Amino acid sequence: MEINVSEHSGLKVVAVSGEVDLSTSPKVRDALLGQIQGGSGVVVDLSGVSYIDSSGVASLVEAFQTAKSRGKSFSLASVGETPMRVLKLARLDQVFIIHDTVDAAVQAG
Amino acid sequence: MNASAQSSPPAVIEVRDLVTHYGTRQILNGVSVDIVQGEIMVIMGGSGSGKSTFLRHLMALQRPTSGTIKILGQDVWGLPQKGLFELRKKLGVAFQGGALFSSMTVGENIMLPLFEHTKLDRKTMEIMARMKLEVVDLSGFEDLMPSELSGGMIKRAAVARAIIMDPRILFFDEPSAGLDPVVSKQLDEMILRLRDAMGMTICVVTHELESAFTIADRMTVLDRGDILFVGTPDELRASKSERIQNLLNRRSEEAEIDADEYLRRLTGDKEEAEGMPR
Repeated sequence: MEINVSEHSGLKVVAVSGEVDLSTSPKVRDALLGQIQGGSGVVVDLSGVSYIDSSGVASLVEAFQTAKSRGKSFSLASVGETPMRVLKLARLDQVFIIHDTVDAAVQAG
Repeated sequence: MNASAQSSPPAVIEVRDLVTHYGTRQILNGVSVDIVQGEIMVIMGGSGSGKSTFLRHLMALQRPTSGTIKILGQDVWGLPQKGLFELRKKLGVAFQGGALFSSMTVGENIMLPLFEHTKLDRKTMEIMARMKLEVVDLSGFEDLMPSELSGGMIKRAAVARAIIMDPRILFFDEPSAGLDPVVSKQLDEMILRLRDAMGMTICVVTHELESAFTIADRMTVLDRGDILFVGTPDELRASKSERIQNLLNRRSEEAEIDADEYLRRLTGDKEEAEGMPR
């Protein structure tokens, strides 16, 4: 699992790739909370994620709630079919702000 | 999904020539079957057919007398203790009675495998537990004690605990037992949802025919320690086997009796028994 952070129009784009599971999800959590606590709005690029388990989704949920409480934007971009099924199972597709592409997410701010 | 379709996904459980005993009594007589990735395999059979024993073998809980069981490509009883421990983390089990700890809240019960096997942050664990409660339609019940739940709720909470680690294979032991038809149907729908969303392989032991035909991709019928049938629900319905038709029509089989032996058994007459012709 890899995490790369870049900046687009004042937003931090956190690109996650590979498998997000019980052993790797704490790194995703730390990366997302770190950016938000640093005062940035965040777009999470999930295009490279081949698998995400419940601990990974829980990390996204916590980051989203933290961003909301600090008035920062938080969205997901390029969510593949497998991660989307996991989100839908717990009806989280209705909770997260989800964009088709990173560009669309950055434009939406 | 039809598991017998052309694409043939890989087997996640491979059982070969499985023989097991309780004392001197042979329970399984050389059973072989494959369970493939993403299918719901329902295991059926009458009382004493060996299906509960078979399930314990599939869950890597019981060592057979002979034969092999491979789970996720690993020979279960050839693994070192640590390997077996790691393998079991990939299996989820929803027990018949729920097996929740009465002294812990529902949420703590569900998080128990995470406390045991991970070093995740407590907040992450709590969110995971709440997500699983959403999946089993028990949202907001995390602070209740098991004694405050109905029978159907306890079963669903047990499922939430069984799936908290996102297992590759999920086992259900009699999920519908003791539930009314409406709750039983909800549980069937939940099993289908779990398979579809998470791609889990699911093995279910059940007596309930309606439930079995609703959820099964394939069915295994055990009879007196042997596999009588493995195939799709449609193939099972079409079977000409008298024993299968008896199972489907809930007819009990009348065992052939040895009249002399039966009489001796009733009278306890061992002396005469030895002198009687067989």
